[in-house]
Amino acid sequence: MSGLREVFARARAEDRAVLVAYLPAGYPSVDGAIAAFTAMVAAGVDVVEVGVPYSDPVMDGTAIQEAAGAALAAGVTMPDVLRTVEAVAATGAPTLVMSYWNPIEQYGPDAFARDLAARGGSGVITPDLTPEEAGEWIAATDAHGVDRVFLVALSSTPTRLATVTAATTGFVYAASVMGVTGVRAQVSAGAPDLVARTRAVTDLPVAVGLGVSDAAQAAAVAGYADGVIVGSAFVRRLLGAPDPAAGVAAVRELAAELAAGVRRS
Amino acid sequence: MEHAGVDASGHWGRYGGRFVPEALTAALDQLDAAYRAALADPGFAAELADLHAHYTGRPSPLTEVRRFAEHAGGARVLLKREDLNHTGSHKINNVLGQALLTRRMGKTRVIAETGAGQHGVATATAAALFGLSCTVYMGREDTRRQALNVARMRLLGAEVVAVEHGSQTLKDAINEAMRDWVASVDSTHYVLGTVTGPAPFPELVRHFQEVVGREARAQVLELAGRLPDAVAACVGGGSNAIGLFSGFLADASVRLHGYEAGGLGIASGKHAARFSGGRPGVLHGARTYVLQDEYGQTRPSHSVSAGLDYPGVGPEHALLHDTGRASYEPVDDAEAMAAFELLCRTEGIIPAIESAHALAGALRLGRELGPDGLVLVSLSGRGDKDVATAAQWFGLATDSPATDSPATDSPDPDSPDLESPDTA
Repeated sequence: MSGLREVFARARAEDRAVLVAYLPAGYPSVDGAIAAFTAMVAAGVDVVEVGVPYSDPVMDGTAIQEAAGAALAAGVTMPDVLRTVEAVAATGAPTLVMSYWNPIEQYGPDAFARDLAARGGSGVITPDLTPEEAGEWIAATDAHGVDRVFLVALSSTPTRLATVTAATTGFVYAASVMGVTGVRAQVSAGAPDLVARTRAVTDLPVAVGLGVSDAAQAAAVAGYADGVIVGSAFVRRLLGAPDPAAGVAAVRELAAELAAGVRRS
Repeated sequence: MEHAGVDASGHWGRYGGRFVPEALTAALDQLDAAYRAALADPGFAAELADLHAHYTGRPSPLTEVRRFAEHAGGARVLLKREDLNHTGSHKINNVLGQALLTRRMGKTRVIAETGAGQHGVATATAAALFGLSCTVYMGREDTRRQALNVARMRLLGAEVVAVEHGSQTLKDAINEAMRDWVASVDSTHYVLGTVTGPAPFPELVRHFQEVVGREARAQVLELAGRLPDAVAACVGGGSNAIGLFSGFLADASVRLHGYEAGGLGIASGKHAARFSGGRPGVLHGARTYVLQDEYGQTRPSHSVSAGLDYPGVGPEHALLHDTGRASYEPVDDAEAMAAFELLCRTEGIIPAIESAHALAGALRLGRELGPDGLVLVSLSGRGDKDVATAAQWFGLATDSPATDSPATDSPDPDSPDLESPDTA
C-alpha cells in the first residue's frame, strides 16, 4: 500500500478530505521552497505536489507563471526538483511531482520514474499528457512503482472518463474549471457533477483542483470530493511576501486554515 | 524514400500526436469529426473552391524571374506567387477552410496566434467575412516589429492582445491562445496558423495548404514542360512548405528543400534552426524537433523574420527530415536580407522577409544545379509589412541614422560580388 493510498484511507476513516498542496520547486529559492513545503506539512497538508518550472506552461495562470518563471530564471533544473522531492518526502507526506511532459521526456521517462522513486517520491501528475500518448510512461511508472495521475475535465465524456481513470493510479485529478490555474471567487458549479461522473467509472479517490483558495471553499469541495488541491493561493502567499521567512509564515497560516476547512463537515 | 502519411492517431512516425490538457480533448475530437465530415461533403469543397476563386484570387500565378535567376547560376527560377493572394500570403488558404469548419461547428468566435501578423490578418479577415468575433494573440516584441499588421487586424474588427510573457514572440502568443481556448472552448474555435500543434491541426492545415502544391505542379509542367529539379520554401511552422512539398512528394526526382531561419548564425545560438540546433521533444501539443536545453526547457529563437521566429516545427517536417525525403538548411539574417534586396531590385517584387529565406535557398540551389536547373520557390508572402524592418536594415529610413546599419556590408545586388560568398 503506497503512502498515498494510506493517506486517502485514513482521511476517509476520519470523514474528511485530503488536503493536497502545490508549489513550484525553486521559488523563492530551492531551499526556500523546501522550507515552505515543510511548513505546509507541519500545518496539516497531507499530500504535496512539487511543480517542475517549465518555459511554456499553457495550463497555468499568472501566479504560477510568475513564480515558476522566476525559478527558471534563477537556473532551477530537474536535479533541483528531485532534491526538493527528497527533502519533502522525508517529512513523511506523500510527495508527487507535477510536470509538463517535455521535461520528463528529455530526462527519459524510465530514468525519471526510477530517480523519483529513489528519492522517495510517490507519483507524478502530468497535465498535458493523456493516456493515448503515455505508453512509455505507463511502462516506466509500473516498473518503478510510481503513481501516475492523469486529469479529468468538465468536458470529458463518459468514454474519456473511463479511459483516463483506467490508466490512472493513486488518485484522479479533477480539473474543476475550464481554464488555467488561479484563484477564483467561486469553485465551479460543475465540479460536483464531474466528481460524481468520475466515481461512476472508478474506485480511485478523486481530488478536485483549480480555483480553491480559502477554508470555506475547501470545506465546500470536501463535501463531495476525496481530496482538495490548492496551488495558486499558496503561490500568491509566497509572491506577496516581503521576505522568504514571511513567505513561509504565510504559507503555514494558509495551510492551517485549509486543513481546518477540509475537516469542517 | 516513400513518405508515410499521417496515421489514424495523428502521428507521422513518432512525431505529432496530441499532448494537451484533457480539457481540450473534447474540442479536438469535435474538430476532428467536423473536419472528416467536411471532407466527405462535396458542398464543403465547392464552397471553399468558390472562396479561393472569387475572394482570395486563386489560382495564384507562377512567375519566372529571369533577372533574379542571373544570380542563381543561370538556372531557371519560378516563383509560386502566394504573395498575390488576398491578405498577402498563403495563410488565407488555411484560414478560409477553418472558418468554414467554425461555422459547421456552430461556434461564434475565433482566436489565433500570430508572429509576423500574416496569419492574424488572414484570421481577422475571415472573421469579418463570416461574422465571427476575433481575438488575435501576438507577442509584444512582434507587435513592435509588425505594427502595420496590428493596425490591419484592428481595422478588420479584431481585438489584438499583446502578450508580454516569456520571449514575447510567437511561442508565447501560442501559449496565451491555448490558455484562452481552454477557458472558451464551447463557443470558440482556435484557428491555428501552421502545420503544428495537437492532432488534427497539422493534418488539417496541411490539407488546406495542399492547393499550393497542386496548382504549382500543374503550372510548372505547363510553363516548363517538365517537373522542377528542386522545390524551395521557408520553414517556420512549415505550412507554406508542406503545401508546396505535398504536390511533389510522390515525384522522387524532385528534391524538397526547406530553409529555416539561421538568425545571427548557428554558432551564435541566436537562430530558429530546429533541424540544425534542436532535437525531438514536445512543444505546443506535438512531438517534433524543438530548440531546447538539456532539461527540455524551450530555448528562445531568433530571426529578423517574425514569421520564422519559432522554436518548434511541424511534425511532418520532422519525419521528412529523418527519412531524408526533404532537407533543411539554415539561412541567416544577412543572407536572407541580401536575397530580399535582390528580388526587389531585379524583379520589382518586394517579398516577405520569411519568403526571402527561400529565395536565398533558391540562389544556392541554382548555383549548384547550373544552367540546366529548374527551381520552384514558394513566394509565401509579400513584404509590405516588412518595409520598416527592411528600411532600417538597409539604412533607408530618412529619420534614422545609417551609421550603425548593416547596409554597408550589403553588396550592390547587380554587382557580381553578390555571388562570391557562396560560389567562391
